[in-house]
Amino acid sequence: MQNQDYIKDWVKIRNNRVFHCGSLLFENKEADLNKFLKCVYSELNLDYPKFHKMDGLSKLGILASEILFTSNSFSEETALIFSNKSSSLEADRQFQASTESFASPALFVYTLPNIVLGEISIKFNLKGENAFFVSEKFDTELITDYTSALLKEEKAPQAVCGWLNLQNDEYDVFLCLISSRGKTLFSEENLEHLYYFE
Amino acid sequence: MRHLYLLDDAIISPLGFTTSENLKAVRQGISGIQPYTFSGIKTYAGFISNKKIDAGFYEIAAPEKYTKLEKMLILAIQQVLDKNPGLDRASIPLILSTTKGNIDLLDNLGNFPKNRIYLGKLAQTLSDFFGFKQKPMVVSNACISGGLALSITKRLMITGKFKNAIVCAGDLLSNFVLTGFNSFQALSKNPCKPFSENRDGINLGEAATAILVSSEKPKTKSVSLIGEASANDANHISGPSKTGEGLFKSITSIVQKTGISPENIGFLSAHGTATLYNDEMETVAFDRAKLNTVPINSFKGIYGHTLGASALIESILSKYSLLNSELYATVNFDKTGVSKPLNITSEYAKKELSYVLKTASGFGGCNLALMFKKNLV
Amino acid sequence: MTNLHTELKKSIIEQLNLEDMQVEDIASDEPLFGDGLGLDSIDALELIVLLEKDYGIKLTDPTQGREIFTSVNRMAEFIEENRTK
Repeated sequence: MQNQDYIKDWVKIRNNRVFHCGSLLFENKEADLNKFLKCVYSELNLDYPKFHKMDGLSKLGILASEILFTSNSFSEETALIFSNKSSSLEADRQFQASTESFASPALFVYTLPNIVLGEISIKFNLKGENAFFVSEKFDTELITDYTSALLKEEKAPQAVCGWLNLQNDEYDVFLCLISSRGKTLFSEENLEHLYYFE
Repeated sequence: MRHLYLLDDAIISPLGFTTSENLKAVRQGISGIQPYTFSGIKTYAGFISNKKIDAGFYEIAAPEKYTKLEKMLILAIQQVLDKNPGLDRASIPLILSTTKGNIDLLDNLGNFPKNRIYLGKLAQTLSDFFGFKQKPMVVSNACISGGLALSITKRLMITGKFKNAIVCAGDLLSNFVLTGFNSFQALSKNPCKPFSENRDGINLGEAATAILVSSEKPKTKSVSLIGEASANDANHISGPSKTGEGLFKSITSIVQKTGISPENIGFLSAHGTATLYNDEMETVAFDRAKLNTVPINSFKGIYGHTLGASALIESILSKYSLLNSELYATVNFDKTGVSKPLNITSEYAKKELSYVLKTASGFGGCNLALMFKKNLV
Repeated sequence: MTNLHTELKKSIIEQLNLEDMQVEDIASDEPLFGDGLGLDSIDALELIVLLEKDYGIKLTDPTQGREIFTSVNRMAEFIEENRTK
């Protein structure tokens, strides 16, 4: 019999709200992105000074993963399969602006979308498979197919996959923990449903 | 064991616009790297002039309608399609690897619409040009992207949704990336010297490449990807790991899964960027994996670092190394400058090969290892 | 503590995003890297930018930074000797 994978847990950060498995965890009217992210950081009782050095995309990724990884046990081999539309465009523009005077190495290092995977790996000591995909909109088919293939081929015991986009201070985060146990079957339809409707 | 067969390919680089021109230069140890100055800063880099690209592109379409990178990628894909007229464009997926895409548009859009900066839009532009009907996929995972795109394609074959795919990769030599690596004090003022004692940084380069891959074994002698693994160092987002952890883990994982032991690996195409820390990190990982006697090369002295294209170009060259029983030189390598004994190739040589290992590492702590096998008819 | 020391600490905190830290939290003789402030290689590169931007000092040899960025005291000393603005 074929092993089934499940969406065990999920987090959404959208419009100044943080959702955990569909229920509102935190809300804040702060219009400034960095201030909002700092509020979430405080709300989660994080003490991780490196956080303040990160770009917005990495901050969003760290906050969403923090919720997933503190509520679930996880293996060092957990795979990270993320996707978005804007790649690292926000950091790209900031670095580009810095080059007008003095190019900032601390900004340059964030001009790749997969840096957030590195930041999450460092924070949670994950040494598994990583992949960052870019698509015009959330490609649930690709993310489901690739994540399932990794799990099926035993390249990873579980995975965190989803969408993590940031552009012009507008963000859309949807990360799921995929595991052999859970209630919601891991399928393209269910992933899409959770992303668009829950 | 599932195979991903590497079929027809094309490489667009300063060395030439076909794979055979590239191979000829690689065999002779000719470098495409030239002195290059940007914002008053002197370095060496691999650069292709717009004039040369447009001269090649003119026969295909109007050059002003496409960005430099798009033209390079189209030139590469076109060659692959020309060699395979029977391919069904409705069903074949396109997988693009790039780190920065059309990054040159960021400070100068020219006549292009704003959305052309998106990597997804870049892939869609290529797809539309050729009339592909499947949604294109884009992999952007720093300097392992080109090889990771092959891994991902192999793994996606498990879905049974496609048997053939076109994997392409490209990145530009841009002021953006040059300025960034300069702020990292990582650019060499000289031709880069991978694994050498007096290496002092990287050269950047631009290139595009495309390859047809298939899950079906061709009727001729062939090369296939038989094992692939990637791992994160979980150490630092830009500084290479002192223990080479992720790279070591990637290598041991495919050695275990494929059962190919170090003594059967005939050639290792390393990342070899020629920074002090990268080459040392690789050395530690190779030493831990007991690869000390395997002939190891870096192509960075020939191409410079072509970012998202590098690991795919180097995989394609690994394919030819297997098919033609040959080892390529590490151009500019002189006296070894790493902490463990390694067998760095200094010149071109003939050698019968069965398996070739390709590795790459990148920012974000990512590492990749690919195992290629020669298949007789 | 001279004005330069205070000024340096302020710009280190700002430039390196050392959130929640105050000037008083950085001792002038405290190591900036390793066990001290815990700065890393990217911070070192940012400090090189800081030297150029604020004091007109261009470090051409990246390894030079290791010796200069040992503490605020050493940085201040180096700046006094080499500043062009």
